[in-house]
Amino acid sequence: MTLRDAINKLLGRQPASANTAKQRLQLVLAHDRSDLNPELLQQMRREILEVVSRYVEIDLEEVDMSLETEDRVTALVANLPIKRARAIPIVAPEASDEPTSFTAKISSTTSI
Amino acid sequence: MAAASTRYILICSGKGGVGKTTLTANLGIALAKQGAKTAVLDADFGLRNLDLLLGLENRIVYTAQEVLAGSCRLEQALVKHKQEPNLALLPAGNPRMLEWLTPEDMGKIATMLGESFDYVLIDAPAGIEGGFKNAMAAAKEAIVVTTPEVSAVRDADRVIGLLNTEGVKPIQLVLNRVRPKMMANQEMLAVSDVTDILALPLLGLVLEDEQVIVSTNRGEPLTLNGTKSPAALAYTNVAKRLLGEEVPLIDPSKERQGLRAKLGRLMQTKIF
Repeated sequence: MTLRDAINKLLGRQPASANTAKQRLQLVLAHDRSDLNPELLQQMRREILEVVSRYVEIDLEEVDMSLETEDRVTALVANLPIKRARAIPIVAPEASDEPTSFTAKISSTTSI
Repeated sequence: MAAASTRYILICSGKGGVGKTTLTANLGIALAKQGAKTAVLDADFGLRNLDLLLGLENRIVYTAQEVLAGSCRLEQALVKHKQEPNLALLPAGNPRMLEWLTPEDMGKIATMLGESFDYVLIDAPAGIEGGFKNAMAAAKEAIVVTTPEVSAVRDADRVIGLLNTEGVKPIQLVLNRVRPKMMANQEMLAVSDVTDILALPLLGLVLEDEQVIVSTNRGEPLTLNGTKSPAALAYTNVAKRLLGEEVPLIDPSKERQGLRAKLGRLMQTKIF
């Protein structure tokens, strides 16, 4: 925060727009560059969670996955808080084309 | 004048109206003034304007179209600038050329120009479609022009992506229409914001300058008559840097003097 931002805040004014512009650009460019539509992004997110959940128990409430970009390199940044490791990892099933049923399988083992 | 040392530079932006053609015209003149034999190629066949900004619109006889068709020699189509004979324009042909023009055609034209020029500047059309791809095929390196506005920066980013894919390099940035006062008030993206986001080296920084409009009205690029306007200076410096001279970039915050400017700088202090 700059001195100007602080004064604006104190006076209840809108913050200067340059910073807003930068943040909006960074977000939109991360998506432009990855060339993934939101639906595919959602699907990827679901599948990543499935794979990781086979090995560790994730705090699903706290999961944070986003695209970030720096120096023209776009990265998928995922923060997946682990509750605990699974004693017996669930081996990858054959039916990976049926993700919803697989999710159901995970939740059933979690409750044990 | 070996063709191998010729530099083929694409001037592009993605978004229209950010100053591609103005930069091409001014840079062409500035390079020519520094003694470099320079050709400017108008690759914007749909909406050509380079002839107008250079004041050469009444002297066009043949265009790139006739050269490609073999109905005239390259020398016949080139329009030499009267005051700056080191500069020549190869005008864009009829917009209908877009229907049959291929990237190979553009490469052919550029190579022909390369035989007698040190610099070939290619003024790309706006957009990222066929016309742009044709223009890109003629280039080895690129200058991306943008302004400190979200839409221009976003479009520039798309263009940089395409240039990277095609292996065009180096790619350098010219930041156009900078308003020091707005930057000081943090109501305009900072220079470092734009260079960080696009991750390109800055080749030039051009301040918003009313003289640009005056010069386009007359068809006399600012770099032609040695005016001391900020944009003229910036364009000349871009030419010098291209030629390998080390010229420091201006600092927009230093462009403003007095108490208000000092206050503006104080307000940018990061407090946490």
